[in-house]
Amino acid sequence: MVRLNKLKDQQGIIFNLLYSVVAIVIALLLGGILIYLSGHDPGKAYYHLVYGAFGNSYNLAQTLLNSTPLIFTGLAVAIGFQSGLFNIGGEGQLYWGALATAVTALTFPHLPGLILLPLALLAGALAGGCWGVIPGYLKARTGAHEVITTIMLNYIAILATTFLLRNYYKEAGPVDQTPLIAESARMAELIPFTRLSWAIFLGLAVVVLSDYLLKKTSIGYDIQAVGKNSAAAEYAGISVPGIYILTMGFSGAVAGLTGSTLVLGLFNRFITNFSPGYGFTGIAVAVLGRNRPWGVLLAALLFGALEAGGMSMQLYARIPADLMRIIQGLVILLVAAPAFIQLLVGSLLNRPGGGAK
Amino acid sequence: MNVVELKNISKSFGNSLANDSIDLAVKRGEIHCLLGENGAGKTTLMKILFGLYSQDQGSILINGAEVEIKSPRQAIELGLGMIHQHFMLVGRLTVTENIIAGREPRRGILIDYAEGMRQVKELTATYQLSVNPGARVEDISIGEQQRVEILKALYRQAEILILDEPTAVLTPQETGELFAVLKKLKESGKTIIFITHKLKETMAISDRVTILRDGKKVATIATSATSPTELARLMVGREVILRVKKAAAMVGKTVLQADHLTYYHKKNNRQLEQLSFVIKAGEILGVAGVEGNGQQELEELITGLSRNSQGKIFFKGKDISSWSIRERRYAGIGHIPSDRLKRGLIPDFNLEKNLILGSEWQQPYARKGFLDYKVIRENSKVIIERFRIKTSGSQALVQDLSGGNQQKVIIGRELRREPELIVAAQPTRGVDVGAIEYIHKLLLKMREEGKGVLLISAELDELLSLSDRLIVLYEGRIVASGNTVDFTEAELGLLMAGQGRGGVKNGPTE
Repeated sequence: MVRLNKLKDQQGIIFNLLYSVVAIVIALLLGGILIYLSGHDPGKAYYHLVYGAFGNSYNLAQTLLNSTPLIFTGLAVAIGFQSGLFNIGGEGQLYWGALATAVTALTFPHLPGLILLPLALLAGALAGGCWGVIPGYLKARTGAHEVITTIMLNYIAILATTFLLRNYYKEAGPVDQTPLIAESARMAELIPFTRLSWAIFLGLAVVVLSDYLLKKTSIGYDIQAVGKNSAAAEYAGISVPGIYILTMGFSGAVAGLTGSTLVLGLFNRFITNFSPGYGFTGIAVAVLGRNRPWGVLLAALLFGALEAGGMSMQLYARIPADLMRIIQGLVILLVAAPAFIQLLVGSLLNRPGGGAK
Repeated sequence: MNVVELKNISKSFGNSLANDSIDLAVKRGEIHCLLGENGAGKTTLMKILFGLYSQDQGSILINGAEVEIKSPRQAIELGLGMIHQHFMLVGRLTVTENIIAGREPRRGILIDYAEGMRQVKELTATYQLSVNPGARVEDISIGEQQRVEILKALYRQAEILILDEPTAVLTPQETGELFAVLKKLKESGKTIIFITHKLKETMAISDRVTILRDGKKVATIATSATSPTELARLMVGREVILRVKKAAAMVGKTVLQADHLTYYHKKNNRQLEQLSFVIKAGEILGVAGVEGNGQQELEELITGLSRNSQGKIFFKGKDISSWSIRERRYAGIGHIPSDRLKRGLIPDFNLEKNLILGSEWQQPYARKGFLDYKVIRENSKVIIERFRIKTSGSQALVQDLSGGNQQKVIIGRELRREPELIVAAQPTRGVDVGAIEYIHKLLLKMREEGKGVLLISAELDELLSLSDRLIVLYEGRIVASGNTVDFTEAELGLLMAGQGRGGVKNGPTE
């Protein structure tokens, strides 16, 4: 254990990565046993899992397509966490982002894409950011716990956007959705017929930007100082309430971009209840990614791969969807429970006698 | 006759050896001091004896018979009693209830409180431990609470009492009373093991003393045959200068002036009332007082962590009452906070990041909000070297440093900013003798360099040897002030307990 901990200090990133790979392998082994016990062929199932996720360019695109929203929502949670805040409100923030983006794109259909696209993205980020600032402000001013307020604000956001849509922006017809946005406002497909847009690059850019912000800037230093010891941050002259508001705004903006990119790159309109809980899955992604931007990227890719691969596992190996969810759950559980794997790996590495008491 | 004998005891936590083959023999009816710096392994050794830890190797003999102590319950049955540093009492229960809890005299299925009360009264009379058996624990003083802890052990028929740094929380008067109690207990045949890192107490109370250093036993000697200087040398492992020498003060302009400073706290209503004092360049103003009499509030008011309700604070002639913490820091107020880990450091950050805490927006560490790690690393190297911080390097996490080294990180960081005024609150708390000596030197150096120092400390020795002038706080008021040379330790103790004659002692403070 001791030796292991030392290793962890010295090569944190490499260790975390190695550790996560071990966790995934163990989870898949356990999942294999379950598949076998339920009367299916684990080999075939996993072949389709891997093939479905990475097998060809279309499958790979599906993996990336599934990952994209999770990069944003995972990052949003991770950023909040840097200042010690648990932003459960990603779901609500992304709905506002989506609506603001759609409305912007519908309002200025004649603007050239070069202006309209950034404008629509900005509107989404701003809307999500404002929605994030509310719980940040409540926390800073009244001490209201952000977990409670963000959860409640989720309901308000989802219902409010639905209300606005139905009353002001609804396209005639049975479905609660806006009309399609102008061609010029859409994010182009990267690979034809895969629906994968260059939103993924925007996600990558936000990862790089957040990582840089946290590590290399004074404001990033302040955010982390507040997250790790708010009393010491206060002592050093950092405005803790200010940082809470700022971080929640930033976190909300990133969550808002989830909605924006889905509208501009995938649906090309705003549809009610379009999110299958991206904001909540983002929490798991952030935990899995150890709340670090690059970790979130990898975790989101893993989630995307499991989603895409799971789909083909279900289709071609006839594995029930429930079983697939169990395997996904196992992966998350094991990667997120470092102590468990550490114990396991520790006992393997140290053998009897060499371990810590 | 050895009542307790520990043979060859070793205990490790992870890869650090807390106890390394320690032998200890305690005679019946003696007061035996266990002396050592923080982290020397004193408490670990006693927790092994009391069954809270199990040793990796070695044996324990009680009254000559080898025993295996697996739990405190077993230890109590063997006649051991331990009084911990932090009391284990229930505030809302009475003294009697606390003492008899777990061993209540019964009548049928009911607890016989009258009998319990009688037994407790008998104990207090026998050992002259004055405490009201019917009072609630939360209403009595710390000194009395400690007596309750001792009574708890005696009620369980303890013959051997282990006291873990019992004086850390006491006023000088209470310490005196405790020592009287201990002597009384010794007369009645009890054996006492007294854990401490204070030389003076060791000399005052013990018959014999065992010195531990870095988990090893250094020596056991009769107290009458040793001196504080020798003990300090054995404890630290090198010569230590116990008395600081300081030159006469070269007092300059007023750096800080507090003018009828008043503070009301909403929650517990603790307050500071009408504090007025000045600190001049080149002098150290000491603040004496029993903890909880307004020292922390004063510390927070001057540094901006809280705002004064009334009155004014002038720093170099400007009223800074409404300035933010950052503004005050930038203007030249340095701060060594009383709660090192809570306020002064970010334990999870590495050394170099901790060393720019509060300067992270300032040149040369940052330019327009972008950090320059080359400069930050260089800064950390300079401070590590200048302040002799023992660490594996700039990347080490601060939580992995020892208390003394953590304190050096704070002091190094604050002095590097070259403040005009430094607010030093409990700067040597929980720090070992070697580091104390060094920190004292640094504070005196600041004074020589013409800076103002506000020294808030619970250590009378420290205040008397470092400060040029003193103010004494009692219940949020200044009850006495004057030149340090005009106070004796006994007088200070009385003043701190609120029993002084008050008033200004020779010489003005304003």
